[in-house]
Amino acid sequence: MPKFRKETQVTSVTDTSSSILGKAAQATPAPLASRIRGISDRTMAWLFITPAIVLLLAINIFPLIWAVYLSFTNYRANRPNAPLENVGLSNYSRVLSDPNIWQAMQTTAHFVFWTIFLQTLIGFSLAYLIDRKFRGHAFWTTVILVPMMLSPAVVGNFWRFLYQPQIGLFNYIVSFLTGIPPSSFEMLGSVQLSPWAIIIVDTWMWTPYVMLICLAGLRSIPDYIYEAAEVDRASLWRQFWSITLPMALPFIMLAVLFRGIENFKMFDMVTLLTGGGPGSTTEVASITLKREAFESWRTGRASAFAIILFVAVFGLANIYVKALNKVKQR
Amino acid sequence: MTVQAPHTSKQKRPFFLRRGPMENIATAIIGLGFLMLFQPFLLVLYTWSLVTLLTGTVLFIIVSKFPE
Repeated sequence: MPKFRKETQVTSVTDTSSSILGKAAQATPAPLASRIRGISDRTMAWLFITPAIVLLLAINIFPLIWAVYLSFTNYRANRPNAPLENVGLSNYSRVLSDPNIWQAMQTTAHFVFWTIFLQTLIGFSLAYLIDRKFRGHAFWTTVILVPMMLSPAVVGNFWRFLYQPQIGLFNYIVSFLTGIPPSSFEMLGSVQLSPWAIIIVDTWMWTPYVMLICLAGLRSIPDYIYEAAEVDRASLWRQFWSITLPMALPFIMLAVLFRGIENFKMFDMVTLLTGGGPGSTTEVASITLKREAFESWRTGRASAFAIILFVAVFGLANIYVKALNKVKQR
Repeated sequence: MTVQAPHTSKQKRPFFLRRGPMENIATAIIGLGFLMLFQPFLLVLYTWSLVTLLTGTVLFIIVSKFPE
């Protein structure tokens, strides 16, 4: 009886080898097949990850290391064959004692602070309203998201028209609301108003992004928590401060982190709207950096400036991730 | 026969090897450096901001590897 069973098993194995898969395995050249069979899961994982790591090293890590190296030299990109000299920390010292660059840093800080403040406030308020699920809320969500989907080049150009003192719609709306003559002020040409002109455009464009993240946070709050609060006779105000805001806070912080990092690098919108002017009123750090690198051709000094900005954003991101983890643990 | 009592209190690590307080110190240094970099009052604070930021960031990277 046991002998019979053994024979049956052998027949079954023979059947499998004669199937399509078995034929395919047989058709594979012997050395390759044995090699594939010999690869461990770990090696296979490395084989799949390696192309991505190589690409990351080539595109991100190598340029970063190269920029660090250039920041210690007198390299000029318009004179690639000139002898390269090591200047030590002189580039860093000059960047950190230049009043113009200091001014650009302050302009950047002003721009980042106000854009993030307005975008978070308006974005969260819109998300709170959309989350009420009124009639047609899906349509309005799509409409609100439109500015975010546009190209910054398009947005910059049409806001230039909107800000025109003679024909611009923006000036006419302000005139209608306040009674000030529309051609009496110029949003892009005034020293006082031009930083706010950029803040308005950036807020208009990126508030939907913050709204989307906040909406995800609000939708993740389970209904039974509100039901329990209603049973406890908690007011709407109390529910907002004790349930909605604490539970949506990690999402709000994430939105602030993303927008903060992006706005420190803001370049396209400022270039299109004011080009850093009038004078250097709206010259943010990235524009100063571009001028150092491609107008003054001081590539070494521009690299030092870029590294300083990188360290600042990296340090801030560290603090932020720590704060985010703390909020999540609560 | 003697029965040894189990250790009830864990031996505390020195302050500068504890993750929690050291991370807080590193965070404070980074925050200070960040404010120094973007403040509009004194050029000398701006000049020393990078050193402060770098110190805080390197410290944060090191101490975040410490055990809890």
